[in-house]
Amino acid sequence: MNEIVCLKDICKSYYSGDEELMVLKNINLTVEEGEFVSVLGPSGSGKTTLMNIIGCLDMPTSGKYILHGKDISEMDEIELAGIRNREIGFVFQNFFLLPRLTAVQNVELPLIYSNVPQKERRKRAEEMLRRVGLADKMHNLPNQLSGGQQQRVAIARALVTEPSIILADEPTGALDQKTGAGIIEYFEKLNEEGKTIIMITHDINVAKHAKRTVNILDGRLTDGDILQ
Amino acid sequence: MILESIRMSFMNIIKNKLRSVLTMLGVVIGVASIIALISIVQGATNNISNEVIKLGGNKVFINVFGTALKQGITEKDAERIAALDNIAGVSPTISGKGSVIYGKKVLKDITIEGKNEVYFRADPELLSSGRAINILDLESKNQVAVVGSNIVRELFFGMDPIGEKIIINGMTYTVIGTLRESAGFSLSSTNDTVVIPYTTALRSLGIKNITTLDAYLEDTDLADQTILEIKGILNQAFNYNEDAYKIYNMGDIIASFQSIMSMMSMLLAGIAAISLVVGGIGIMNMMLVSVTERTTEIGLRKALGATPFAIRLQFIIESIFLSLTGGIIGLIMGALLAYLLAEIIGIEVSVSISTNLLALGFSATVGIIFGYMPAGKASRLNPIDALRSV
Repeated sequence: MNEIVCLKDICKSYYSGDEELMVLKNINLTVEEGEFVSVLGPSGSGKTTLMNIIGCLDMPTSGKYILHGKDISEMDEIELAGIRNREIGFVFQNFFLLPRLTAVQNVELPLIYSNVPQKERRKRAEEMLRRVGLADKMHNLPNQLSGGQQQRVAIARALVTEPSIILADEPTGALDQKTGAGIIEYFEKLNEEGKTIIMITHDINVAKHAKRTVNILDGRLTDGDILQ
Repeated sequence: MILESIRMSFMNIIKNKLRSVLTMLGVVIGVASIIALISIVQGATNNISNEVIKLGGNKVFINVFGTALKQGITEKDAERIAALDNIAGVSPTISGKGSVIYGKKVLKDITIEGKNEVYFRADPELLSSGRAINILDLESKNQVAVVGSNIVRELFFGMDPIGEKIIINGMTYTVIGTLRESAGFSLSSTNDTVVIPYTTALRSLGIKNITTLDAYLEDTDLADQTILEIKGILNQAFNYNEDAYKIYNMGDIIASFQSIMSMMSMLLAGIAAISLVVGGIGIMNMMLVSVTERTTEIGLRKALGATPFAIRLQFIIESIFLSLTGGIIGLIMGALLAYLLAEIIGIEVSVSISTNLLALGFSATVGIIFGYMPAGKASRLNPIDALRSV
């Protein structure tokens, strides 16, 4: 199995005034291709910071991060933008669909930044919406869709660039129980198809659907982590 | 990606219609006032320059006040000036007032001017019909007259004046030609003038001296040298009393007039440009608001792989789009305003292509300059902070 994500001794600290605030302390985590890992932790445990680092939105203070064989810590902002575009598919708690764009335009968005020509972009976006079961909602605006449908548009957007990992931050947090269950089920299905998924959650009932769960508490991975 | 950015900018502008229109208004007013002012000033300049140029750019105008002993220059002095190297010819003017009688019609207080053949040769358009005063008329002091258009209208209405006899100050003259009608506000209107040979005028008007003399230059580049030579002659005539005469170089007058007008046009355009800058600040303000409003969108786009450059481009294009659209609308309004004002004032305007390009280029530049800062702010947004701000 190939290692997709490899975090070695990752520390992250913020400064508030003169005080150093350690948010992540010596995190070691390896995720292999085809895994479905959930990161479980209460709010304030540092799980969002961890996700930002895995998602290349934030840089660690120290430690090494190898994503798909590439050392992220030495990249500049432009290279990081490319990595986010090609390697990572984000699914957010609040969906973050652009309200003025139709479903299919929202799904096309990441392809604009990888310079895919317009026709192919449209084709790939439509195909992806069909896959998530929204073939009949392609030209609806987000506010004409239910929460579950919006999250499925967001998943289609995450999948459309065929990234190495899907990074989901509380994907069920804004949904009711039943709809949330549907989304988790869809993640399980994607994982069966071979997608690597990392899901951040505070809900143990959500986390247990993953094949592997790592707990994060007070900036440390407490169990289930693979120490190198 | 540029096409995408244009599309996205356009959507955003459409979404905030009122705000965009109000923002654009600043640029519209700026560009419209620049176009209108420059066009009108240029039109007026052209109008007046044409008038001034008609007076003759190659002409040196000599005005003689004289001294107590000698009230003007003599024919001899005029001949000496005419003999200078760079002088193509001189045209003295002897001016007086008199009454003109034709049949039973009497015109009083008419300007009678004594001129020579050079005067007519210098401006071929001067004559409307008939012939000009020639050298023979001067030598034999013929009693012939060339009359202005108003005189023709009043004395010879509906008939051909050529060959008719008129009486000026008691002496009979034959009308040999008519002068072309000059524009109403012309500085050198000859509409109410009767022109007779100056040799005849010296005798009949009872004037002994020449008080004004036009000297026509062959080469205007040598004007300064020639004027010095003319001064030499006049100094001899007036015993080095330089207050006795004054020399005006028409070329200099035209040049300084034109430079004053172009300075004025630049000054007005500069004032108008201030309003364009104010418009630009309006754009910057709106762009800053827009960046703040769309923080989440910017963060999301960055998370999806937009580079800082892509974000910057999108906002710059939006700002250029606003200012350029404002510029085009302003251009149309400015041109309309210029034509409207021109209609009211009664001058010709010239809306030149260069003025239009200048205004458009200027408004696009305003878009770039005032869009740069907000766009930079957007491109530097940290995606984490941007996504958190929900």
